[in-house]
Amino acid sequence: MKAHLTRRYKFSASHRLHSPEFSAERNQEIYGKCNNPYGHGHNYKVEVTVSGQPDPATGMICNLADLDGFVERVVMPRFEFSNLNELDAFRDVVPTTENLSRELFHLFRSQFQLATVEKVRIEETMLNSFEYAGGRELGRQ
Amino acid sequence: MVYLTRKAEFSASHFYNNPKLSPEENQRIFGKCNNPHGHGHNYTLEVTVAGKVDDRSGFVMDLKQLKEIMNREVIEGLDHRHLNQEVPEFRDNIPTTENLAIAIWNRLAGKLNGAKLHRVRVYETDDLFVDVYGEP
Repeated sequence: MKAHLTRRYKFSASHRLHSPEFSAERNQEIYGKCNNPYGHGHNYKVEVTVSGQPDPATGMICNLADLDGFVERVVMPRFEFSNLNELDAFRDVVPTTENLSRELFHLFRSQFQLATVEKVRIEETMLNSFEYAGGRELGRQ
Repeated sequence: MVYLTRKAEFSASHFYNNPKLSPEENQRIFGKCNNPHGHGHNYTLEVTVAGKVDDRSGFVMDLKQLKEIMNREVIEGLDHRHLNQEVPEFRDNIPTTENLAIAIWNRLAGKLNGAKLHRVRVYETDDLFVDVYGEP
């Protein structure tokens, strides 16, 4: 039977929401406090969901140590204690958590090959969360 | 369609070992989880049923019945048990969270007094959970 495994990680990073498409006043109007030129930070919680048939030899969709290792090796060095605006991915993209969830989904999807990456969900704060499944509508998960 | 979720908790011990593999290979794949003396978790189970709301009762399913069925079919057999030693599904099957969620699905499917089982979610820790929907 197919199973969907979700693992939760966290990292802290800062960002500033500002779009060169808009005037300074319009940016202020749209992004409010998030437009503060010095930026601000969040403790992001990231959930990644992988799916597949558990391997009969191990009972696992993929070895959790491999998923944790991937996050440790590839994801954390890039995001932990970073300023998101400085990252290549956000040079021309506003680092909203919508865009962060897309970026992380594509990073997992393109580089973690040991299971099907279904979805990334990010809690920016306890009150906001964002989910991205590669553009697919969310149903069974 | 309305989805109703009921939670339950159980505590159990387990370890991961595949007798077809060498001790070294087991250690490499399963790491700390290969400790033959086992270790334990406080598992949280969430069972979601889906259905139409009954006009007379206003229920998708009587929660009291759902709670009793979950207790009878799942919790009584798993709570304060050693999954490898005492739970039949894991005699020849490694009690990972994936396999545990599948075993719980199989225990509940068809036993909910006609309500449709939608999802079984098992949290092994706050940072790790598995969902199954009965997909082949």
